[in-house]
Amino acid sequence: MKTIRLENIRRIFQVGDETVHALHGVTLDISKGEYIAIMGPSGSGKSTLLNILGLLDRPNAGLYQLENVDTTELSDLQQAEVRRHKIGFVFQFFHLIPRLTAAENVELPLILAGVDPKQRKQRVTATLEGLGLADRARHRPDQLSGGQRQRVAIARATIMKPAMILADEPTGNLDRVSGNDVVKTIEALNQGGMTVVMVTHDPELGQRARRMIQMVDGQITSDSGGQV
Amino acid sequence: MRFGDLSRFCMRALAGYPLRTSLMLLAMAIGVSSVVVLTALGEGARRYVAGQFTSLGTHLLIVLPGRSETTGGPPPMTGDTPRDLTVEDALALKRSSAVHKVAPIMVGSAPVSHKGLEREVTILGSTSELYEIRDLSMAQGKFLPPGDVSRAEAICVIGHKVKNELFGNESPLGRIVRIGERRFRIIGVTAPKGQSLGLDMSDVVVIPVASAEALFNRSSLFRILVQARDRDAIGRAKQAIADTIRNRHDGEDDVTVITQDALLATFDRIFKALTLAIGGIAAISLVVAGILIMNVMLIAVSQRTSEIGLLKALGAPGPQILRLFLTESALLSLVGAAGGLVLSVGGCLLIRRIFPDFPVSAPSWSPVAAVGVALASGLIFGVLPARKAARLDPVASLSQR
Repeated sequence: MKTIRLENIRRIFQVGDETVHALHGVTLDISKGEYIAIMGPSGSGKSTLLNILGLLDRPNAGLYQLENVDTTELSDLQQAEVRRHKIGFVFQFFHLIPRLTAAENVELPLILAGVDPKQRKQRVTATLEGLGLADRARHRPDQLSGGQRQRVAIARATIMKPAMILADEPTGNLDRVSGNDVVKTIEALNQGGMTVVMVTHDPELGQRARRMIQMVDGQITSDSGGQV
Repeated sequence: MRFGDLSRFCMRALAGYPLRTSLMLLAMAIGVSSVVVLTALGEGARRYVAGQFTSLGTHLLIVLPGRSETTGGPPPMTGDTPRDLTVEDALALKRSSAVHKVAPIMVGSAPVSHKGLEREVTILGSTSELYEIRDLSMAQGKFLPPGDVSRAEAICVIGHKVKNELFGNESPLGRIVRIGERRFRIIGVTAPKGQSLGLDMSDVVVIPVASAEALFNRSSLFRILVQARDRDAIGRAKQAIADTIRNRHDGEDDVTVITQDALLATFDRIFKALTLAIGGIAAISLVVAGILIMNVMLIAVSQRTSEIGLLKALGAPGPQILRLFLTESALLSLVGAAGGLVLSVGGCLLIRRIFPDFPVSAPSWSPVAAVGVALASGLIFGVLPARKAARLDPVASLSQR
């Protein structure tokens, strides 16, 4: 089942006098439950592609259908709604709020969505336990190791039970061991049925994905799976 | 987002920068407390003056020699007087039905001595009716007896301060004091009453007006105090006084009649306006505090850029981010204002302790207005930073660390 359909997506940035084609007609289909690694040199447009997939950025041209809805026609409010419920982000630099505890960081999407406080506590506890972070719930980010921080971020990304996880260099800022932990955590989520799209520099990490997409200069040069 | 969550999130954000937040709260608190304390001072001045007027007696009209051309202007203390105001003028006023009591007042200064102690004291020449008109009360003995006004009896009533200075703890009743070149028998001591309109009734000696005419060798009165029959009769009494004096003074309007109520109302208006004015000036500090809030919030937005990007990625739309930052501004001004109210209560208590006679108390509108202006300035100056936050591009903000 195709949940995502990108058709001829273009994204153009104006840098000074120069026009940069970050994405140059990208066409891509993603099915539910896929595990995709997007690879390529820096400047190849892979982060821009991820931002467009996550509705953080709008393409200049092209069609982006998410679960049969044309997202380019949604208003900002509606796009925020889609991000809240269908998409979870994992960032290279974690982006945890430093003054909040791990549990409070994980609770944040539920707070923004206005979920009932009692229900929130239950879901936060369950999610943290699922990722083996129950004993770290009351720690602030600066009291956690890098791997723990990233797993708290993953807990935050999954607490709304989104259909898709978008991860931008999730291990880029971690040592090998904790990086491995994080990848295993993400793969476990994928086995649970979540679609995972991961941008990475690391070829080894790319190999582990079931489908690997290579990008150069804003275009897809190779796609190991599902050529539609 | 629920309201409780919204305010808790903002509280945590503010608590994350304790120094900046507390300085901001201090600025707001000083602004609010200065509005409240300054208006309390203005209101205190108004009450003080009102108190002075009511201690003068009720339904009072004051007849002054000389004509003041402008209504509501200051009474002519040293105006040119074509014709003197005399005791006969005063007695003539009693014929009007609107007039209840009349007390002519002659003022002079003379040395008062008893057994080698001598003091220069203000001497009031008047009649028995002064007692009720000025709402006096006696500590000892009696006031001047009613009777023939033209009889220059050698009796006097002394204020209680004069009594203390000349007699100490002894009873002065029946004693003889020398006033100027004449001897007077003391028949009473007035009870302390406090100042009214600059004349301390405890520091005077009252003698019959005919005795005062003889003592000072003149017949011109300082003024005539008239008590109207009741509140409604004040206007008629004023007219009757003007008519009577005109008839007696060959058709010339050469006196000024002031009603206590009109005077009181004028002072009341002046002090209310003054209170509003100083309140307004103090409110400028609230606007300054509002600008400080804007500054602080702009810094917060640029410091928390990546947090804003994250909130957007987590599905917070622009309006929600706007609400978050506006709530922070509102919390800053509200908590600051609450602190300011506490400060101002302390300030008023302190002033009351230092000046116990001065009735400092904030008018009820002033704390409400101060908090209102504080909140409004926080919100208005919070809009710009909040809009800036709401409009941030999520991709660019997330790329900041």
